[in-house]
Amino acid sequence: MGLIEVGIAGVKAFAVLMMVLNLSAILLWVERKGSALIQDRIGANRANIFGIMPFNLGFINTLIADPLKLLTKEDVVPKGADKFLHFLAPFLAVFPVLVTFAAVPFGDQLVIGDTVINLQVADLDIGILYVLAMSSLAVYGVVLGGWASNSRWALLGGIRGSAQMISYEIAMGLALIGVIMTFGTLDLQAIARAQGHHFFDVIPAWGIIYQPLGFLIFLIAGIAESKRVPFDLPEGESELISGYFTEYSGMKQAAFMLSDFAESVVVAGLATTLFFGAWQVPFLFRDGFHFPGGAIVALPHLVVVVMQILSFTIKVFVLCIFQILVRWTLPRYRYDQVMDLGWKYLLPLALANMLVTGVAIVLLG
Amino acid sequence: MGAILFLVLAVLTIAAALGVILHPNPVKSALFLIVTLFLLAVVFVLLEAHMIAALQIIVYAGAIMVLFVFVIMLLNLGIDDPDRGRRQVVLRGLAWLGGIVLAVELALLVRGGPAGNTAAAPAGYGGALAVAQSLYTDFLLPFELTSILLLVAVVGAVVLAQKQRRPTIS
Amino acid sequence: MIVPTEWVLMLSAVLFAIGVVGVLVRRNIIVIFMAIELMLNAVNLTFVALARSRGAVDGQVVVFFVMTVAAAEAAVGLAIIIASFRNRTTVNADELALLRG
Repeated sequence: MGLIEVGIAGVKAFAVLMMVLNLSAILLWVERKGSALIQDRIGANRANIFGIMPFNLGFINTLIADPLKLLTKEDVVPKGADKFLHFLAPFLAVFPVLVTFAAVPFGDQLVIGDTVINLQVADLDIGILYVLAMSSLAVYGVVLGGWASNSRWALLGGIRGSAQMISYEIAMGLALIGVIMTFGTLDLQAIARAQGHHFFDVIPAWGIIYQPLGFLIFLIAGIAESKRVPFDLPEGESELISGYFTEYSGMKQAAFMLSDFAESVVVAGLATTLFFGAWQVPFLFRDGFHFPGGAIVALPHLVVVVMQILSFTIKVFVLCIFQILVRWTLPRYRYDQVMDLGWKYLLPLALANMLVTGVAIVLLG
Repeated sequence: MGAILFLVLAVLTIAAALGVILHPNPVKSALFLIVTLFLLAVVFVLLEAHMIAALQIIVYAGAIMVLFVFVIMLLNLGIDDPDRGRRQVVLRGLAWLGGIVLAVELALLVRGGPAGNTAAAPAGYGGALAVAQSLYTDFLLPFELTSILLLVAVVGAVVLAQKQRRPTIS
Repeated sequence: MIVPTEWVLMLSAVLFAIGVVGVLVRRNIIVIFMAIELMLNAVNLTFVALARSRGAVDGQVVVFFVMTVAAAEAAVGLAIIIASFRNRTTVNADELALLRG
């Protein structure tokens, strides 16, 4: 546990945190402009400083203006609310979501001189269990936020939200069991590396080829966990104002919104790692491209690393955009429909997936 | 290094456990218990039981305690007001005395117990593979029985918590 | 990292005693339940510590079962409390004394 290793771990953690936070901020803007595109309107374009060039920077102004507005708003605690719980709930909503990214690998390995740096903040041999554990802690932010606000909308939103989250946790976990059985390990970096070979030398052996049903169940359960449309009954904007974070303003509301987008990034990151080959680029190995015809393009190590990190970021971004598309396309599920889907359809499907995967593994070896 | 870390965790865990039984508000007691469970999971990691630590957070802190918090909020319990009667105070004092005596007794009993874990653990100790191999071979019968137990518990909880449909026969 | 098994067992003993005091002192049934969970966790800690000192995973498998049974017990116990709360609207253990002779 030398000082250098601690320093490297700190730098990795900082990099991952910055990546998640920046991706969340960019997603906020993409959501506003993308939804505007889908709904045939212009969207947010009014933010500017002094109204003249060179301060008229378009979307960057919106990116700065939104957080600035939320930061400087007055923090209102409703009368009769439990002050400590009201203060604690946003932390409990944000913390598990951000911490989950510690187990997700964003690259293969960086070799500097003698040291081999594994591009993953924490190389846990129980990576998937850690991820499941942290997402099961995310329920507390919703429950406590809803209850501590001493308000009808918030309580309803909190109860619905937590019931939905704990129901879909189960489906999410069971969908992941198929993946674990296929790759035989819980370690996320090992799973990422195992998706490096190719079928028939052409098709990359990504997780989605092994587990298409698992991917579908995981994605649906993930969207339900992050309480996005079509599962956004906990914050049903047309019914419950803002649901469980109605009574929050300023930085606390920013924290809840951050947890919404960050959870979307987490679901995308996990789906990428398990089903889309994580940082793998097709035909790219550690020393360069190995094309199926036999052609080999040798690349320096740093270029390979940068390409892998970029590939991971692009895949996560694409999955996030897919979630945004789903949000602005589908109508909201009713509460009983949400519960039905989670318990009566996804759960048996995930179990059946587990059974079929097990049989296939025994038969095919 | 491990010993110092454990000492810090032990002090925090005892403080959180005392918070569970001392705080008058049941919601805060539940929060203290969640903190205790989390700290115990960290101690498990220190003892190289990684899978059990993850299970502790998933099952205990992430599911059972959510159930507790739900029920406390559903019943809308207020702050507890302990009885101030003479008899109650004396009985409470006796209970505390008994508890301290029990703690001291047990602590004395475990001194000079089994040798500390000076040997390094075998490779893969505490990982999912090792626990699963033991669970599905040596402990297969208890595993199956536990699954039946869980089924019975689920059915029982659903039946008990249902609203009464028919009027009771008086 | 090396952690002396004795210290872990002593922590477990203290947690168990705190759980016992919680059951005896508090009158709110749900807090009594939480103190019982505390006792179960103290026992889990003992099992894990001794498993580590023996280098065998059997102790951890027992912890697995204890957790499962604790979950089942918590679910059924809380369901009973909710059902009784409907009739008596109290969770004070002193007042839930209908079976007393």
